[in-house]
Amino acid sequence: MQVNENFEPVIVAFCCNWCSYAGADLSGTNRLNYPSNVKIIRVPCSCRVNPMFILRAFQKGADGVILCGCHPGDCHYTSGNYFTRRRITLLYSMLDFLGIERNRTRLEWVSAAEGAKFAAVMNQFVEDVKKLGPNRRLEDLRCRKQ
Amino acid sequence: MQRIGVFVCHCGTNIAATVDVKAVAEALGHEAGVVISQDYQYMCSESGQDLVKNAIKEHNLTGVVVCSCSPRMHENTFRKAAASAGLNPYLVEIANIREQCSWIHKDIASATDKAIVLGKAAVAKVHLNAPLTAGESPVVKRALVIGGGIAGIQTALDIAEAGFEVDIVEKEPTIGGKMAQIDKTFPTLDCAACILTPKMVEAAQNEKITIHSFSEVADVKGFVGNFTVTIKKKARFVDETKCTGCGLCTEKCPMKKVPNEFNMGLDNRTAVYIPFAQAVPKVATIDPNYCLMLKNGKCGVCSKVCTAGAIDYKQTDKMIEQKYGAIVVATGFNPIKPDKYDEFAYSYCPDVVTSLELERLMNAAGPNGGTLLRPSDKTHPHTIVFVQCVGSRCDDEKGKPYCSKICCMYTAKHAMLIREKYPDTEVYVFYIDVRTPGKNFDEFYRRAVEQYNVHYIKGMVGKVTPKADGKIDVQASDLLANEQLHINADMVVLATAIEPDKTARPLATMLTTQMDTNDFFTEAHPKLRPVESATAGIFLSGACQGPKDIPETVAQASAAAAKAIGLLCKNSITCNPCVAHSDELMCNGCSACEKVCPYGAITYQDKEFRMPDRSTAIRRVASVNPAVCQGCGACTVACPSGAMDLNGFSNSQIMAEVDAICK
Repeated sequence: MQVNENFEPVIVAFCCNWCSYAGADLSGTNRLNYPSNVKIIRVPCSCRVNPMFILRAFQKGADGVILCGCHPGDCHYTSGNYFTRRRITLLYSMLDFLGIERNRTRLEWVSAAEGAKFAAVMNQFVEDVKKLGPNRRLEDLRCRKQ
Repeated sequence: MQRIGVFVCHCGTNIAATVDVKAVAEALGHEAGVVISQDYQYMCSESGQDLVKNAIKEHNLTGVVVCSCSPRMHENTFRKAAASAGLNPYLVEIANIREQCSWIHKDIASATDKAIVLGKAAVAKVHLNAPLTAGESPVVKRALVIGGGIAGIQTALDIAEAGFEVDIVEKEPTIGGKMAQIDKTFPTLDCAACILTPKMVEAAQNEKITIHSFSEVADVKGFVGNFTVTIKKKARFVDETKCTGCGLCTEKCPMKKVPNEFNMGLDNRTAVYIPFAQAVPKVATIDPNYCLMLKNGKCGVCSKVCTAGAIDYKQTDKMIEQKYGAIVVATGFNPIKPDKYDEFAYSYCPDVVTSLELERLMNAAGPNGGTLLRPSDKTHPHTIVFVQCVGSRCDDEKGKPYCSKICCMYTAKHAMLIREKYPDTEVYVFYIDVRTPGKNFDEFYRRAVEQYNVHYIKGMVGKVTPKADGKIDVQASDLLANEQLHINADMVVLATAIEPDKTARPLATMLTTQMDTNDFFTEAHPKLRPVESATAGIFLSGACQGPKDIPETVAQASAAAAKAIGLLCKNSITCNPCVAHSDELMCNGCSACEKVCPYGAITYQDKEFRMPDRSTAIRRVASVNPAVCQGCGACTVACPSGAMDLNGFSNSQIMAEVDAICK
């Protein structure tokens, strides 16, 4: 596929309050750059993210959605990220079934100490989504910005 | 109709340098429901907060959006300001335009665009915020200290001093930790045991302190103010209440070939043992791996000689459950094993020792009664080489990336003590840098160099080779003279890196606290909250948080105690109101939420409902106990009928944020 150089994807990032959001703050404190396409939504735990939110983002025109939580075993709420992992696995198989690129959705574990990892993950994800091009299959054209 | 105020902070130039704050305030002013949009240099300052408060009163605001630093930093500040102006504090939202915008983007145009989008998302969310009231939950007036080293002891003593009950859980048979193994302390060269053991006795005699030695934390449940902890008291096969610590059993035990951990395996102990003479509690412990009676059922000498009848071969592990209001972690450190460093020949040459082993070799209560002798042939060493930074400041897999902080000072201490006691011994120290920040530290190091003539050589040791004549060839480079050196040494001492105790990682999982990549516990804020963990009610004391020397450890231990006392003084604490709630009309009682709740906060009740045809029906519906719910939101996603929602992070709020970002 041809890569459009000027394509600036819209990326929604859900970050859990205890690890990944703090990791994002740390990458800011350390001035580690990642593209401004990434917009973060704070949630108490990655398990608060309903797969519906992810589909909603795609419907509304997001080109990629990334979900970040604490590393397995380190969840502030003991077990939340295990639920997240299962739910995202199910979401992947649903996306596969529907014929939608699963690479637009990503699940990553980023701890509060991993500011550098957060920036690296975001850089990589934005690059990957740029290669995929705009999200056309799930976007609801009625929601498109005029 | 909502009346929302938007307040954009410059944060000096932190935000204003890369985000056009005026444009952000202007753009957000046009959002639906926004009645006032202002920017100010420091929104968190007194006058900035007054700006917010006055706007709330003047414009009768129903919601506030502050575009500033991370909500982890100042969310509470602005919530308090709102509350003091009569607005429910949970009607305040923060758009993080510093850590997640101005600090990571360089291009002003794109950073400004992003800040506007983040602001719009916050405005969209605050439209749907509901006023919340925080409930209260009682505080159990008892503290748990995990780890009985100097950090744990100091914390426990301080908490007990304030009048609260404290329990110390120590995994070894005695409290005292690493400090009990140390001979002398820097920079004063006073004896470690002389200052530690009175504290150990004080802890044991304090009425408010209960010491659970040879015990481990098995499980932690609950939350700040109300933790339920299960402590496993490991079987020591000796009745603690009967044992007098006379030591007769240790003299008579026939199994005398057990490596003595307290002396770093440099000598042997018996299968029934008391780690050291000043152990607290002074109670014998039987090592089941070596005890002939426990292994083969034949011996029983200790039980025959024990006049107190304290030996109990049938003892089993015991579980104790106890409630605590606060938990202090003081799990401490361990020096790493330098086995992986083949170049230092540690694993096969007995005369290459670690610093803690040297500490025992020089200790009056150590294997040689305080005379420094080579472990291999018990002769007096005439040339000793110290190698610094073994495993510290190391970028490969074998070592640790951080500076272990204490090694420069204890090596200066060792060098000085050896030169003082054995002036005929030449001492060489190979270092990368000598780091001596601390009161009287650099003076101490200079004394070692100038007064005691210790040879400090900048450069690393490349290879340590034991020779046939018993000597050790140390090959090293002198970076300042730019030459290769061969030193014919009698002993080599490795200043090994220190790492967190192995029990820290599983403990952090139980406590749901965060750790850094090196397994040190992470503090809530690196500068402003250094002794609290991010999990409320869990405090950090000593080297479990990072490498520390004794005075720093004691200082942090007292600080952690002060924080814990602050919590225990309260009769109740305000709960997080951002908890789940169930819409009873939508709930169909399927139990999906109950199954995913990690806290058991969801129960089911039979309730009477009026049906559309005016008849009544009894239905089983979920109800959430707000005092137990911690607000993770697992149930909200599990609920198939959409009855469960989370206060503060409701489905509609998150969807509104998604919409605002994607628009």
